[in-house]
Amino acid sequence: MFACLYGTGNLAALALEFSPVVERTAPDTVTLDASGLDRLFGLPQDVAAAIARRAAETGVRANLALASNPDAAICAARGFAGTGIVPYGDEAKFLGDLPLALLDPTPELRETLERWGIRRFRDLAALPPLGIAERLGPEGLRLRELARGEVQRKLALLEDPPRFEDAVELDYPVDLLDPLSFLLARLLNGLCTRLATRALATDELRLRLRLEGRAPHERTLRLPVPALDPKAFLKLLQLDLAAHPPTAPVVHVWMGMNPVKPRFAQGGLFIPAAPEPVKLELTLARIKAIVGEDRVGSPELIDTHRPDAFRIRAIQGQTDLFTRRKSDALGQIRLSLAFRIFRPPRAARVAVTSGRPGFVAAEGIRGKVLDLAGPWRTSGDWWTSDPWSRDEWDIALSDGAVYRLYCEPKGWFVEGSYD
Amino acid sequence: MGGAAGLKKQFESVLGGGALEWRVRPAPELVPSGVPEVDGATGGLPRGCLTEIFGTASSGRTSLLVAILAEAAARQEVCALVDAEDAFDPVSAAAAGVRFDRLLWVRCGHSAEYALKAADLLLQGGGFGLVAMDLGDTPPEMARRISLASWFRLRRAVEHTPTVLLTVARRPNAKTCATVMLECARKGVEWGGHPLLSLLRGMRIQVSGTDDRFLSSVSSVSLSLQE
Repeated sequence: MFACLYGTGNLAALALEFSPVVERTAPDTVTLDASGLDRLFGLPQDVAAAIARRAAETGVRANLALASNPDAAICAARGFAGTGIVPYGDEAKFLGDLPLALLDPTPELRETLERWGIRRFRDLAALPPLGIAERLGPEGLRLRELARGEVQRKLALLEDPPRFEDAVELDYPVDLLDPLSFLLARLLNGLCTRLATRALATDELRLRLRLEGRAPHERTLRLPVPALDPKAFLKLLQLDLAAHPPTAPVVHVWMGMNPVKPRFAQGGLFIPAAPEPVKLELTLARIKAIVGEDRVGSPELIDTHRPDAFRIRAIQGQTDLFTRRKSDALGQIRLSLAFRIFRPPRAARVAVTSGRPGFVAAEGIRGKVLDLAGPWRTSGDWWTSDPWSRDEWDIALSDGAVYRLYCEPKGWFVEGSYD
Repeated sequence: MGGAAGLKKQFESVLGGGALEWRVRPAPELVPSGVPEVDGATGGLPRGCLTEIFGTASSGRTSLLVAILAEAAARQEVCALVDAEDAFDPVSAAAAGVRFDRLLWVRCGHSAEYALKAADLLLQGGGFGLVAMDLGDTPPEMARRISLASWFRLRRAVEHTPTVLLTVARRPNAKTCATVMLECARKGVEWGGHPLLSLLRGMRIQVSGTDDRFLSSVSSVSLSLQE
């Protein structure tokens, strides 16, 4: 037995309350397999009443029809208002009065049938199949079977949007990373297999660890490009958890992946190779574990005159390294004097002679000033809470090197060396 | 040499075939350094090999490194700078033409050990056109503590890859692991402007190249660095 809902509202949700086998036939039509509902509700009338009652409760306004096959139920729901039950064996008789337009024939077929005076299901159902096949072909035969309510087919199942999530409840709390890694590997392998079967990849991994007596520990890893490599994902998670360990033993592990289409890139014969994105992500994670989170990335200058003003832009999430621009080869390269910065600047003791530095001593630096240029007075950000003001000298010391020395209210400092 | 020749004859007699030939290592591909004078003297920087730049403070080694970075980025290669002493100055590098969107900067926080580990990881990861390790401000006694095994490891990691591995230091450390050694020396500092208000105009340096294939050949070029 099949039921069809034709109308407005959340038809699919209503149908799924009664059966897992649901077809979204059209935006305004949902068909469901109602077999077995008679054991719950009794007669088909009782099944129809239960569905109609639930439809009223959920605000669904729809016609409802029950029939022995899906297409008869669909025709009845679309053709008759309210609730209808198509009697088994009498489908052709029950549907006979419905107009042929309900079957949605092609314009040519509709015109032909109109010229023959065939306007209702009953008229078409009465025609001989051989004659229909000779004159109208397979499409005509299909329409005749629909008009007689004899078509048997399987429903095209409505599937939930796929969710790539998995969880595991632990029998006992885990407080070490190694045993947790086995669980993570299991979850990752399962999720990656599910993604692979749908030809998908992921660009985001979400991990939620429920802790013993503490708030959940959540970590999110974003990949620069979609990937599907459980081994690399496991290593990334291990490095991330090593850098941000949970504060209490883990009692429940939940993992989710964001499904996206995989990235396909064609390499060029004459284009220099670039790091493979997932491998680079793994390498960066390993390096960050050694040197620190905020010490790896691409430098970016800040639009200010403040000395040594830059920021580190994380490679993660941006694709600059992997994209090539036409203007790449147009950079102007010139051999110029580079500067090495001491971070932090080295505090210096300076002997001033005639208003100029004469002798400088700082950590690893000591010498008489042989030549100098300056002072260059700079200041800025005086309108903020963090102003700066300094006098700079370029000095050649007797130790052989050329340094940049500056004086600010806090004292003298060697900023770096020209090299 | 006699021992090697004897061993070769022994192998030939045991195997019973014709004369065995030593496997000749193919010459590495050379890429321009960005300084035509240096390329003219050394032929360029070899891929899959370790190149060592050394010199005292203010000898122009960082200027040479920055020129090499700019040239590699202009070739559309992804570069990595492992900065042991956190000494890289983005402002002067940008003025020299370094493209930051192709540069990965690893700041090792005054640790040569971290720098070695990071360089090794980057080489193992692969895909970089240039990996430069800057030990320029690392005290020589600390740089000397880096074992030869670590340099061999780096040399093995970069071998058979299209990556140029570069180190900058005060003194040569890699010894036989380096294929090319470039020694920088300051020839003079150029001051200009009014006598009462002078300006630092630039620096004259000399770059001497030594190739491990021709240990005796030393080529020198003089360069003028303008601020």
